[in-house]
This record gives sequence, C-alpha cells and structure tokens, in this order.
Amino acid sequence: MPLLEVKDLCVSVEDREILHALSLTVNKGELHAIMGPNGSGKSTLSHVIAGKPGYEVTGGEILFNGEDLLAMEPDERAAKGVFLAFQYPVEIPGVATMNFLRTALNAQRKARGESEYSTPDFLKKVRDVAKSLNIPQDMLRRGVNVGFSGGEKKRNEILQMALFEPALCILDEMDSGLDIDALRIAADGVNALRAPERAMVVITHYQRLLNYIIPDYVHVMSRGRVVKSGGKELALELEESGYAQFDDAA
Amino acid sequence: MMNVVLAKTESGKVADRLFARTSDRLPGSGKVAEARRHALETFEREGLPHRRLEEWKYTDLRALMREVLPLAPRPDAAALGRARGALTSIAINNAASLVLVDGVFSPELSESPGAGVSVRALREALESGGDLPSTRSTDAMVSLNAALAADGVLIDVADGVALARPIQIVHVATASAASHFTRSHVRLGRAARATLVESFIAAEGAKAYQTHDAVILSIGDGAELSHVRFMADSADAANISSEFFTIGAKAKFNLFNMTSGGGVSRFQGFVTLAGEGSELSINGVNLLSGSQHGDTTMVVDHAVPRCTSREIFRAVVDERAHSVFQGRIIVQPDAQKTDGKMMTRALLLSNQAEADNKPELEIFADDVTCGHGATAGSLDEGLLFYLRARGLPEKDAQGLLIQAFVGEAIEQIADENLRDFAASQAQRWLEARR
Repeated sequence: MPLLEVKDLCVSVEDREILHALSLTVNKGELHAIMGPNGSGKSTLSHVIAGKPGYEVTGGEILFNGEDLLAMEPDERAAKGVFLAFQYPVEIPGVATMNFLRTALNAQRKARGESEYSTPDFLKKVRDVAKSLNIPQDMLRRGVNVGFSGGEKKRNEILQMALFEPALCILDEMDSGLDIDALRIAADGVNALRAPERAMVVITHYQRLLNYIIPDYVHVMSRGRVVKSGGKELALELEESGYAQFDDAA
Repeated sequence: MMNVVLAKTESGKVADRLFARTSDRLPGSGKVAEARRHALETFEREGLPHRRLEEWKYTDLRALMREVLPLAPRPDAAALGRARGALTSIAINNAASLVLVDGVFSPELSESPGAGVSVRALREALESGGDLPSTRSTDAMVSLNAALAADGVLIDVADGVALARPIQIVHVATASAASHFTRSHVRLGRAARATLVESFIAAEGAKAYQTHDAVILSIGDGAELSHVRFMADSADAANISSEFFTIGAKAKFNLFNMTSGGGVSRFQGFVTLAGEGSELSINGVNLLSGSQHGDTTMVVDHAVPRCTSREIFRAVVDERAHSVFQGRIIVQPDAQKTDGKMMTRALLLSNQAEADNKPELEIFADDVTCGHGATAGSLDEGLLFYLRARGLPEKDAQGLLIQAFVGEAIEQIADENLRDFAASQAQRWLEARR
C-alpha cells in the first residue's frame, strides 16, 4: 500500500480553483521533489495535506496508509505521522522552545496511545539532535523561533522532524532565505533522516536544493496540475530550459 | 443659615435604611460615627455609580449590581468551619494568613506574621478609640465603604524590617445574598520590605454575595512592596475593591491583580507617587467567561519628578464575558523626567466577548517620556495551525497561546513563589475551559 495517495484532488480558495484533479503517489522510502513556478499550487498541496484551514476540497481524496486523511484534524494527521516543515515557521513569543517540543511530542504520543517520554530521555534526545544540527542550547530556551535567523528557523523545523520521527515529511521551500552554508546544514539534517520506512516530499522552486538532497522522483507542477514526472535528471533539465515550456502544456 | 435638603437617590435611600438598621453594629463612636455619617451622605447623593459617570462608564453598577444587599450576619462556628475548608484553594507557600470571614476578622483562622510587624483588627482599634482609615476619595463606592466598614486589618511593618514570610489577607464569603464591608490599612516603614497578598474566595455554597473592600497603603522611603491580588469570588458574586497607595522616595512597588472570579467585579487602584526616584511595576490579568464582568481601573499620579511606571495588562475574554481596563497616567507640572508606559491587550475567544480598553494620559510637565498602547483581537490563526500541525489538539493549542499571552503580565511579579502561584491559577482557569 502506498504511504500517500493523492487522487484527482481539486482544491479551491474563495471559489477559485487552485488544484485541478492533481494526483501523486508516494511510497515508503522514496524522496519526491515537486518543482514549479510561483503560483503553480505547490504550497497549496502541502497545506491541504497538513490540514491548514481556508482551503476547500471540491473533489478527489487523499489517503495516508489507506486512511482518509481529509477527514482528520491537523493534530490527528501529525499523530499519524504527517509532518510539514513550514516555508515560513511562525514565531511564538512566550512559549519556550523546549516546552513546545515536549508538549507537541507528548500530545502525538498520547494520541497514538503511547506513554509520555520521561524528562531525562526527552532532554537527551533533544540535545543529541540539536547538536547534530548545530543548534545552540540557549536557542531551545527562547520562545519558539523568536529572534531566530532564517537558517535557525529552518533548522528548528528539521529538529522537530528528527524528534517526532514522522512517516511523511513535506518540506515546503526549505531553501528559501538560506545562504549556501545554512542550506548545507539543513540538507545534511534532512539526509540523515532518510529511511526505508519514511518518505519525503521536497517542494522547491530552484534546482539548487536538489544538489544536496537527491530525489528519486521529480514532478513538475504548473497551474495546479502535475505536468511532467521523471527521475532526478528532470531537475537538471529544468535548470537548463526553465518552466516556460510547461505553460503551454498546462 | 438656610437648610439644604439633599436629593437622595434610590440606592442612597436603600443604603440609608441599611445604615439605620446596622449602625449600632458598626464599631466606633464620636468622630468615627461622624465620619461614617458624612460618608453616607456622599453616597446618598450619588447612589450607585452608573454609565453617565466617566469613571464608571463601562461598569454601570445600577444595571449590574442594582442594590446594596443587607449586611451578612456575624459568622458562627459553622461559617468559620466552611471558611477554613475554602482556604486550601488559595494556600500560598509560607504565607501568614489574616482571614476575614464575611467581613469579620477571625483570629482563629489567622496567624501572626512574626517579629517587626504589628497586626490589629479594625473593629478592635475603633472600639478602643482609633480612627477609621480615611482617603480623600469622593467615589461613591469608597464612601459607602467608609460608612459601613465593620472590620479589616491594620498592618504596620516597622522601619527597616524585611519580612521573611508573605502576609496574606484572605476574604472568605460564607453567607449568601448578603454584603460585607471591610477597610484595611497597611503601613510599610522606611526601607522595609514586604510581600502582601490579598485574596477573595467563597466557601462552598456561598452565592450572590457582595464584597466591598478598601485598602489604604503607605510605602515609606526606600521601601519595597510586592503586592499580589487574586479576585476569585464565586461566579455570581460582586466585588468592589478600592486600593489607595502613597509611595515615598526611592521606593519600589510591584503590583499584580488577577481577576478570575465574580459575576461583577471592579478593582480600582489609585497610586500617588509622592517621593522622587521611585519605581512602579503595575500589572494585571483578567480571565473571564460566562457572563462575568471584570473591571480593572488604575490611576497613577506622578506628583513628583523622576519616577518610572510600567503597566502591563492582559485580558482573556470568553463566551459573553466583558472585560474593562481603564488606565490613567497623570503627570503633574512638577513631575519632570517622569517615565510612564502602559500596555493593555485583550484576547477575545468568542464573538460575543467584549473588551473595553481606555488608556488616558494627562501630562502637565514638558520633559517626560510617556506612552501607551491598547489592542484587542482573537488568537492568531497562523500560530494555532502551526501548533496543531505539530500534534496539539485545538484546545491545547489555544491553551498554550493563552498561557503565553497572560505570561507576559505574570512574569512581572517580583516574588518567584507568587509568580508560580499566579501561573498555576491561570492554568487552572484554562483547564476549566475544556
């Protein structure tokens, strides 16, 4: 059974259709890249999978391990193993990062009927992951993302990914706002999480990211549809010829 | 001389009858009785405050409270037993409690705060010829309080004494459909340090009572007072609390009020900075739901130069509740180099919730730094989604954001122990929402 099956998905925002009968199948262990120009619907797809309010699904379905994902609340999806790394992680003043991580992790475990992490186990786990991502301890004491640089915010997303161990990671424009060093650290973090039981969907405008995170499949989106799919060489092809060729196809 | 006939308002007449019936129960004779009669006359003219009075615009007691209830009977042994049972809800680590049950000081439930402090019940002081603590206020509710105050506590912290234990004045209501009037005086000597908590709670089964409290505090030069209040009355009670603070030079005053109980409540604080170089930190949180009405009104009068005041207020308003915050900063002509800032924010959790924020600056000096800000809004959808996408159920996500929102005010509490206690009270309110 595929991990994620998006079938003929139609999505509207305020009566304007953004996704038109989009389909996508992702199996465990695979890494898919979704590329496309601004406004092609890449981020909309990631938001609908994660359950962000404000989108109306007018047709099609999304199955996650065979279950109807669209019937679930965003927190239920998280507990089932869906993780969206945000393009713009929000700042939450007054909620210490450590407290947030523990609350979120334990909420997911509780929803799955698992026991809560003990404090020493939790702290050790966070410290180990933070160290590997070059996240200083004082960042974990600050409010969630408050005063973090763009690179620190993205690393905080990857820290959460490593901590929650989701079955499906969707990375929305992970490379936006990162310089090359920050991008490398983030990409190393993502690569370290690749596993046979886990799938990843990497959404990006630029091919650059895919030099660091090598995809198994590349899909090109244009005007709310997947217009072309292929292997990793498709990304290089796009780098040469740009997205203009797909405008007609769409 | 001509005779002047005073027009009496309806609620004034009620109070008049109440006074006539109970004046023989009120302690004090001679000048105290005269002061009571004078205060009663002021109230008779004004009656219960209403919306046409600027200071009471958002809290119309004629509509919300309607009448002044008869005085509660003197608590008997059963009432004291019920009061004792209620004290656990407000038990603060290491605090020496002074307990007033239905407005009557209870030595049985109270304990001595230790050396360097003298504590006396107001009734006892008045009966032995003492004065009624007075203010210059002409506010109708403060006048009514002066007319009918039957008891209270007089606390005197000697110069230079640093109290090891917090003092907590606890008001416990046990009688239903009755009112009690208390008036207290607190003096903090020069360079003294103290933590004073004042809490309002109800014994099980106490319903629809009215608490009328006034506290007059003077803080000496170089003294430090941390003062935390918890208004946690039963949901259908009314609580009108007035506090008057006079602050000496180079003093530090840290005030925090939390209103989470009461059907109708008003905390009005009047701070006069009377000595140079003092620092004020005044903060508060209103946590309201159902049809609660909670009003916090603060007037800070910078009468002398070089004082700073910081005010942070947060209101969380759910269901059909109504929160009011009025904050006035007055800078007198001589009060140069005043630095006064005030920020008030309200979080509305339902479409029917209401919050009124009224910040006012009255500045008569030219070399000052003053500012204020006020906002009202709902929880940020973007933040909520982020938390939910990380696995937090909706109520938990809301709870975390609300905690952070009120945390900004709670963090200002100087005493760590009380800061934790206030946070736990807020947490308890949040859990009750689920």
